[in-house]
Amino acid sequence: MEEITLSLNGLQLTGKPGTTILELAQQNDISIPTLCYDPHLKPAGACRVCLVENEATGVLLASCVTPIAAGMVINTESPKVIEARRTVVELLLASHPDACIICDEGSNCELGKIAADLEISEVRYTPMRHYYPIEDTNPFIERDLTKCILCGKCIRGCQELQEVGAIDYAYRGFDSMPATSLEVPLEQSPCIFCGLCVTLCPTGALSEKMRKDKGRETRRVRTICPYCGCGCGIYLDIRDQEVIGVSPDGDNPVNNICLCVKGRFGYDFINHKDRLTTPLVRRNGNLEEASWDEALDLVASKLQQIRDESGADSIACLSSAKSTNEENYLMQKFARAVVGTNNVDHCARLCHASTVAGLASSYGSGAMTNSIAEIEDADVILVTGSNTTENHPIISIRVKRAVRKGAKLIVVDPRKIDLTKYATLWLRQNLGTDVAWLNGMMHIIIEEGLWDEDYVKTRTENFDALKETVKKYTPEFVEKVTGIPQDMLREAARIYASGKKASILFAMGITQHSTGTDNVKSIANLAMLCGNVGIESAGVNPLRGQNNVQGACDMGALPNVFPGYQAVGDQQVVSKFETAWGKKLSTNPGLTVVEMMNAAEEGKIRAMYLMGENPMISDPDLKHVEAALKKLDFLVVQDIFLTEAAELADVVLPAVTFAERDGTFTNTERKVQRIREAINPVGEARPDWQIICQLASRMGDDMNYQHPSEIMEEIAKLTPSYGGIYYDRLENGGLQWPCPDREHPGTKYLHKDRFTRGLGLFQAIEYIPPAEMPDEDYPYFLSTGRVYYHFHTGSMTRRSQGLDEIYPHALAEINPADARELGVEDGAMVKVTSRRGEVEVEAMLTERVPQGMIFMSFHFSEAAANVLTNPALDPVAKIPELKVCAVRVEKA
Amino acid sequence: MQVTAIDQGKLEQVLTKYEGQEGVLISVLQEVQGEFGYVPKEVIENIAGALKLFPSQVYGVVTFYAQFYLTPRGRNTIKVCEGTACHVQGATSVLRELKTKLGVAEGGTTDDLKFNLESVRCLGTCFLAPVVMINQDYYGKLQPRDIEDIIKHYD
Repeated sequence: MEEITLSLNGLQLTGKPGTTILELAQQNDISIPTLCYDPHLKPAGACRVCLVENEATGVLLASCVTPIAAGMVINTESPKVIEARRTVVELLLASHPDACIICDEGSNCELGKIAADLEISEVRYTPMRHYYPIEDTNPFIERDLTKCILCGKCIRGCQELQEVGAIDYAYRGFDSMPATSLEVPLEQSPCIFCGLCVTLCPTGALSEKMRKDKGRETRRVRTICPYCGCGCGIYLDIRDQEVIGVSPDGDNPVNNICLCVKGRFGYDFINHKDRLTTPLVRRNGNLEEASWDEALDLVASKLQQIRDESGADSIACLSSAKSTNEENYLMQKFARAVVGTNNVDHCARLCHASTVAGLASSYGSGAMTNSIAEIEDADVILVTGSNTTENHPIISIRVKRAVRKGAKLIVVDPRKIDLTKYATLWLRQNLGTDVAWLNGMMHIIIEEGLWDEDYVKTRTENFDALKETVKKYTPEFVEKVTGIPQDMLREAARIYASGKKASILFAMGITQHSTGTDNVKSIANLAMLCGNVGIESAGVNPLRGQNNVQGACDMGALPNVFPGYQAVGDQQVVSKFETAWGKKLSTNPGLTVVEMMNAAEEGKIRAMYLMGENPMISDPDLKHVEAALKKLDFLVVQDIFLTEAAELADVVLPAVTFAERDGTFTNTERKVQRIREAINPVGEARPDWQIICQLASRMGDDMNYQHPSEIMEEIAKLTPSYGGIYYDRLENGGLQWPCPDREHPGTKYLHKDRFTRGLGLFQAIEYIPPAEMPDEDYPYFLSTGRVYYHFHTGSMTRRSQGLDEIYPHALAEINPADARELGVEDGAMVKVTSRRGEVEVEAMLTERVPQGMIFMSFHFSEAAANVLTNPALDPVAKIPELKVCAVRVEKA
Repeated sequence: MQVTAIDQGKLEQVLTKYEGQEGVLISVLQEVQGEFGYVPKEVIENIAGALKLFPSQVYGVVTFYAQFYLTPRGRNTIKVCEGTACHVQGATSVLRELKTKLGVAEGGTTDDLKFNLESVRCLGTCFLAPVVMINQDYYGKLQPRDIEDIIKHYD
């Protein structure tokens, strides 16, 4: 369409049709004041502050909602405009309290700024205020609605952007106010404390409780959230050397302006009093403060001694999905080139090892095929084994938006998770029967001729084997195994097959099984069968748990591959790294996390070096883990807090948090993004990369880098998919791998026209039941996972005041019918026992879990779910079966 | 306030009729109020779920319109005219007497759900001032002492 030309403040300007007057003005650096406008929201035209005059007609127009038109003669500052604007602002001021001096909003108040610009010194109207009591019974948000100007941004943000809708306008006229349903306090409403309303509020009506008395920030640093794999852009608000708050980075396409409670309010662990500030060395049984030199000398000499005595393979290193790409790269380089072993792994073993293994064998690349933003435009979404709303909140928003746009959502999950409310269809399968229902869906799709024949013919191989195998997975048979009614399975199959862009999202509910790799391969089969891989807004999308778990895998912090998934068994690859690192390298694949613990208990592993990992909470069968770690001759733990694992260490090395270092994280959609040093290291803590370098040089290897950017240059040279990733390209946004060279723009979705491995491989998979099933002694299923307010082993979130206040202790979800049988009331303590141990935990009676199943989160050391879990391993990926084990439940 | 259990069947009937339709919230609220005499707080979530709205949106509409009530209403509605003519003729003392006798404030409902007490600006029967209307019945030229006898007739 043709561009429109009009006059704006005497200038002849052109804009695209549909552009509003306000947007055109902003594009040309002409400022128009606004109160109810935000670029992320649909314009509302409510506050009337953005009025401008069309001098061709003399009409006043709200510029935020009026599209430009040819022939307009717009004046943003005409006498008529100024008079109207003054009246509007004076009316607002007449109903606004005179509390500016003591208001936390201070000089950020939009109303105050506009009043100052209009030179309003006196209000001509009689003050008429509506006084409301301040609401501050929750840990995060203080509502002082007396200061509310009813712009509605909080309401629109909550409804349009977050899809939560905790608040809306209530009452009418002068009594209008943003309110929750029935005016309950926020913590009793659907509010998720994402803080978006506070971000959008132009006045002091909404403020952050944690920022009270902290003063105004003196600096803001743009970086990436340290919690889940979404990889949201944030700003750290800093005063002196303290992080006093977090604001969303509205320009980051991952989250735009949205965040979740952890990213928004879970920052106070950074300056927490528990931070490790000096190295600790065990003397006479106690961990005592030591100098860096003493600690590093001790670690270097002990590792060398043990290597000389028992060989390099008696040492194991655990890298960290919380650390940067550069640090993960160095850790695996340290293990391989300095120590001389492939015994390097990290917690991805416990979450998506089966995804990496399964998708790599089916497609040739084990990562999310498509991007987060694309989910919004899918027409069918199948979510299975992912409680997206709690674990990947920002991705769940995309799912909800897609549903609002008309997409059909199928949820397959034993728990009645939040997304079931939005689902067209919810299938409640028996725990651990995923291959069966997936085969069942494929059976129906093939039987009814709904598969994409052309795609299967041209893009894939081995279809006949799949067809043969799924033959016996008739809906009748599948119902018997999975408990999913036949007609529902049929409907799900038809809906999925009908999608032109059908996206599958999955997470730990699929992967953390002794058949995890099989589950993933079955998902890969289903997606290929319907031609859903290699196109926009579709694909197979594993949602990864940690901020940099994708990156830690990419960097080769895995026992069988170098960076970029280049196999340690491949002689050509080994030669390449030997040349680059100037060392002879081992070609024996190393041990995985659980295997390391077993080897430690057997005395085969004598020393371990843990970086930012806390296996004493995260690994299955904790009693066994504790015994294994205690058996070690030498344990080094490098972390930000004295974690449960660090308490067992011989040497503890204090590391810095994400806020104190430069580097990159790779989020779940393969996007490499920059994190930035915002404050000086706390105490004597050092970045992981420096510690590794200093240790390496004490062991006779010169690792010499002045800055993480130099490490990334080395990564780019050795890792084809990161070949084009350099710091100067990351300044204004991330790059999605594969990005093979400096000119490459990055890859939005994978396998377009061709799979990474060439043809997509169908793999015929049979259903195998979980390793441990309920029996007479242990009659209940136990499944484990995370909750919205906490993260993983809790070392960060449990030290975050607000998060720990709103969710202070572990809860075990029990179905009310089971509870009646057990004589357990809501809130009572129960004892949960498995073959491996027992824990006491508070019962929460809820229909979220089916009868016969208990659900526990694993964040809480005092009620550690992983005391109970089964270390049975997937034979390929060596991922333990954290999602299924058998337990007994009794009144405590 | 007396809380009666909600007849889920009646609620389901209304919701099924409108499920999935857009722009029908006010109709649903009117029918629900028709069934129960008010909009019980407990049904807001059900209504929101059926119409794919947020509960806060339903609550916003309920509180916006004067026609919707969130608490049970009395069986009989007393409207005390406070128009100019009635005011001059002593409506204030009539209203005061009603408040005392019924034990409720203006706009309130008696605990036994017998009466709602409201004041209105003009009933258009100024020749009867001061006037009170109970349901469809008019009572004119009232004195406070007449009240006790009048309200006896309602149950």
